[in-house]
Amino acid sequence: MSRVFVSGLGSVSPAGWTVEALRDALAKNEPLPAQPLTRPGWQKPLKMRPVPSPAIRPSFLAHPRLRRTSPITHYAAAAALEAVKSVRNSQGAYPRIGIIVCLQCGCVQFSFRFFQETLQDAATASPLLFPETVFAAPASHVAALLENTPLVCTLAGDPSSYSQGLALGIDWLLEGRVDACLVIGAEEINWLPADALWHFDHRAVISGGAGALCLSLNPEWPPGVELETITDPHPYTALVNRRLAARKMRAQMPPQNKAEILCDGLNNSPRADAAEAGAWADWSGPRLSPKLVLGEGLMAAAAWQCVAACDWIAGGKFMAANVSLVGANQQAVGVRFHRLGHSISGLSSPLKAGSLAL
Amino acid sequence: MITGAGIVTSLGRGWKQNAAAFRSGKTGFRPVTLFDVSRQRVKTAAQVDLPSILPPMQLTQRQQKRLDRAGILLLLAAEEAWQQSGWKPADNLPVVLGTTAGGMSLGEDYFRQAVSLPNRQTMQPTRALHYQAQSQARMVADALGFAGPVTILSNACASGTSAMGEAWEMIRRGHADRVLTGGYDALSQMGFSGFDSLQVMSPTRCRPFDAHRDGLALGEGAAVITLEAFESAWKRGAGILGEIIGYGASMDRHHLTQPHPEGDAAWQAMQLACASAQITAEEVGYINAHGTGTPLNDQAEAKAISRWAGRRAGSLPVSSTKAGIGHLLGGAGSVEAVVCLMCLREQWLPPEIAFETPDPACSFRIVAKPEEAPVNVALSNSFGFGGVNATLILRRWP
Repeated sequence: MSRVFVSGLGSVSPAGWTVEALRDALAKNEPLPAQPLTRPGWQKPLKMRPVPSPAIRPSFLAHPRLRRTSPITHYAAAAALEAVKSVRNSQGAYPRIGIIVCLQCGCVQFSFRFFQETLQDAATASPLLFPETVFAAPASHVAALLENTPLVCTLAGDPSSYSQGLALGIDWLLEGRVDACLVIGAEEINWLPADALWHFDHRAVISGGAGALCLSLNPEWPPGVELETITDPHPYTALVNRRLAARKMRAQMPPQNKAEILCDGLNNSPRADAAEAGAWADWSGPRLSPKLVLGEGLMAAAAWQCVAACDWIAGGKFMAANVSLVGANQQAVGVRFHRLGHSISGLSSPLKAGSLAL
Repeated sequence: MITGAGIVTSLGRGWKQNAAAFRSGKTGFRPVTLFDVSRQRVKTAAQVDLPSILPPMQLTQRQQKRLDRAGILLLLAAEEAWQQSGWKPADNLPVVLGTTAGGMSLGEDYFRQAVSLPNRQTMQPTRALHYQAQSQARMVADALGFAGPVTILSNACASGTSAMGEAWEMIRRGHADRVLTGGYDALSQMGFSGFDSLQVMSPTRCRPFDAHRDGLALGEGAAVITLEAFESAWKRGAGILGEIIGYGASMDRHHLTQPHPEGDAAWQAMQLACASAQITAEEVGYINAHGTGTPLNDQAEAKAISRWAGRRAGSLPVSSTKAGIGHLLGGAGSVEAVVCLMCLREQWLPPEIAFETPDPACSFRIVAKPEEAPVNVALSNSFGFGGVNATLILRRWP
C-alpha cells in the first residue's frame, strides 16, 4: 500500500495569517468576535468574521502577478507559502509542486464588482476585474508564485469536495507527476454570499480565508502526519438524503477512541448541523469544531478542519484525527490522519488514492 | 471507450444535426437576445434555441422548473449520450464535469433581485443552491435515474477537456469502470460583458488562424460522453463510437489571460498527450485546435503545433470549430472532442468556411472547405484563462 504524508500546513483565517494563529484560536475554543457586514437595503447587518489585516504586508504581494488580485488569491497564496516551507531544498528551491485549489463561492468580490459595473454600463465595465472573476484565477497566481508547478487544477463544489482535491493530489503523487502537492481550500467574504447563507441560517456568521495541506510521499518532511484514509464519497441523491449519507460516511470511520480527535463541521446551526451531529452522536471523545470559533468559511473551513486535525496530531495532542466533511448539497466524506509511527486503525478502507470521483 | 455521445450547440441538438452542420462548415451566430447587449461592442453570439419541452426524464415538474439554461444544455447532452450508451441506472456512477460558470444566469438573477428588491426573498434560496454546478450535476443523475459522486473541474476554457481527461484517467487508474463526463456553459451576461470588456471579441467574423483575424466569438453548448473501460463495454456488447487514448495537461504561468508567445505549455500538453497515447505526431490525422481567433492565442498555438508536428506539420489538417459555434468556454473542450469523434466515425474534416489568409505562423494546413478524409487519430487542444492547457487524443474504433 502506498503511503502519503502531510508535509506542510498553511492557514489564513479570521484568527490570523498562520497555522499558529489558527491553533491558538482553536485552543481557546471561544468564538472570535463577529462583526457587522452591511447588507445594502437592510437596516440590520449580516454578520462576518473577516481575516484581519496582516501585521506586516506579505512580501509575496510584490510579485507582479499579484498586483491586482483579490483577497481570495492573497489568502490562497499565503496558506500555500506557509505549507510548502518544509519541502524547499537547501538552496531554497521548490520541488515539482502540484496545485489543487478547491472553491465553493470563489472570487466573489471581483465578480460582484464586475457585474455591478456591467449592469450600470456594460460599455465601461473594467477589463482589469473580469479575469480575476474566473474560478481558475487563484490557482494560476499561486502557480506563478511557486514557479515549479507542472500540474494545476481548480475544483468547484461544496466543502466536502476538498477531499476530492486530496484524492486527486494523491493520484498525482503516486504517478510521480509531482513531488509534492498543495491542496488549498479558499474563500473570500462579500455580502452577497453572506446573504445567500442567511437564507439557510439566519444566525450564520460568514468568514473567509484559506487552508492548505502539502502532501508528499516523503515521511522525512515535517510535521510527521500521515493521511491514512479517505472514505468513499457518499453523494446526496434522490434516495440518499444528507442525513443518511452522513451516517454512511460515519460507518466507514473508526469507533470512538479517546486518543483520537474528531474534527467536525458543526456550526451551532441546528438545521444545517443535524445530519452531521446525528452521524457522530456516538462520539463522546475529544472534538474540535473550527467553524464554531471561526465562522462559516465554506471551502476554507473544510481546509481548516484538515489543517487543524494535522496540527493537533503534530503537536502531540492526539495520535489520530478524524475529519468529518458533510457538505451542503453534494456529498459526505470522511478523512483520517494519524501520527507517523502510529499503527493504522484497521479500517476496512485504508488509503485509496482517488477513491473519490477523481 | 466511448459508448455514447451527446451534443448541443447553436448548430442544433444531437449528433445528426451537428455532424451535418460541422461537416459543411455552417455557422450558428445571431444577435444575442438573452440579455441586453446594447452597450457592448459586439452584439452577436452562437446562441442555442432551447426546446420548449424536454425529452422524457425522471425529473419532477418542480425540478424541471428549477433548471436554468446551462442545466438544460447539460441535460440534453447527457440524455442523448445516456440513451446511446444503453447504460442502466446504477448507484455508483461517477460524474466528472467541466464548467466555468455553472448556473451563472441564476447567480445573475440572485444578484439583480438582492440589489433591486432587497426585501424580496422569493426564489432566492433556490437560486443560491442551483447556481452551483454540483446541483446541476445532481439534476442529471436524478433525471437519468442514477447516483454517484460528482466532480466539477473549473479550469476556465480548458474545463471540458480537463473533465474528459480526468475521467479517462479515473478509468485508466482503475478507480471506475464507467464515468459520465463532459462540459457545458451557457451564455451569460457577465461572461459576455467580460470578454467584451477585454476587447477580445471579434466585431466582424471569428476567423481562427487567419492573418486578418480580430477576435473570438462566444457561444454556448454542452457535450457529454459515456466513457467506459473496454472490458465493461465489450462484456455488454456495447456499440463503441471511438476511444480516448491520450491526455496531457500542463501549466502556462506566463500571464493570467495571455499564453506564452511561443506556446510552450501548449506544446507540452500535446507532447504529454502523445506520450500517454504512445503515438507520434506522424500518426495524428486531424487537429481540432483551441483556435479562438484572438491574435495572441492563435499565434502561440500555431507555433506550438508547428514545433510539435515537426515535418508532419506541412500535411497536417487543422481547424477550429469555434469558427462555427463560437467559444463555449467550459463546454468548448468537450464539444470539440465530440466533433473529433464525429470526424473519426464519419471520416470527414470540419472546415472553417470564413478562413482566407493563413497566418504566417501556421506551417500546417487549415481545413477551409468541406472534405472527406481518412482519419484514425484526432487531437483536440484546449487552453484556459489562468494557464491550464489540456490535450485529448481520440482514436477511431474500427
